[in-house]
Amino acid sequence: MKVRVSVQLKPGILDPQGKAVEQGLHGFGFEVDHVRIGRLIDMDVPGTDPAEVKAKALAMCEKLLVNPVMEKASIEVL
Amino acid sequence: MRVAVPVFPGSNCDHDALHACGTIMGWDTIPVWHQETRLPENTELVFVPGGFSYGDYLRCGAIAALAPIMADVKRHADSGGLVLGVCNGFQILCEAQLLPGALLRNESLRFIHSEVHLRVERADLPFTRAMKPGAVFQVPIAHAEGNFTLDPTDLVDLEARGGVVFRYCSPKGEIGADHVPNGAMNGIAGIVNVRGNVLGMMPHPERAVDPKLGSTGGLGMFQSLLEAFARA
Repeated sequence: MKVRVSVQLKPGILDPQGKAVEQGLHGFGFEVDHVRIGRLIDMDVPGTDPAEVKAKALAMCEKLLVNPVMEKASIEVL
Repeated sequence: MRVAVPVFPGSNCDHDALHACGTIMGWDTIPVWHQETRLPENTELVFVPGGFSYGDYLRCGAIAALAPIMADVKRHADSGGLVLGVCNGFQILCEAQLLPGALLRNESLRFIHSEVHLRVERADLPFTRAMKPGAVFQVPIAHAEGNFTLDPTDLVDLEARGGVVFRYCSPKGEIGADHVPNGAMNGIAGIVNVRGNVLGMMPHPERAVDPKLGSTGGLGMFQSLLEAFARA
């Protein structure tokens, strides 16, 4: 099954990249606030049961995909 | 004294480590490829060098932390052996959960290379015993992700247990945001684990040990290790 993990910096963790992009957008006259940049990880995970596949993806997050000091993730089975 | 220097694809300070420990200090210093599963016998210090291991993919140090050799580095640390991680080595030790915290992008978003001053907060460790508490020394930094971050509660714990070994400071030893090059919380440049045998730092003491290369500010740490091993 197709799984999409989106990894975001936790609230309160400084995101200088987001800040720079926000300033860039302001430069074009866009009114935006709280721009945060994250990472999308798409993958094929064997299995047919969405709950089971999601559990596998969660284990992957805990082992490698997410650093809990600074990041949080949400998992979507597509 | 035997030193092992794990080498990952993308390490680029391994030769600085080998030069400092081998050529300058005269220690038996052995590079160890990341695919190895065992450190050389009787390794006393593991020096995890700087660089861009695995191209900094995913997060700095995240992939290197899973390399085969790291299991033995953990075993070495668990049995009380000394581990020093510099720059990317520090990031690897955090990702391997041998040290708390994480290194984020510098506040300025830029790669910074410059000389900095560090204040010694702990002079009772094998890495710092030849230094004086409060002493100031000058070493170079060269990193884009050196902005040390920790949960606010964990930061309080880290400070309370004396986990901070080095803090960025002015040449006179004054502490303050003006002297922190990368935005690191509390101006933290280097930390140690609870047991006192695993130290990680962003600045490069191994690049400041040879008078021929212009500075020797990092020698104090190597003299400390020499003393520590003479006593062992």
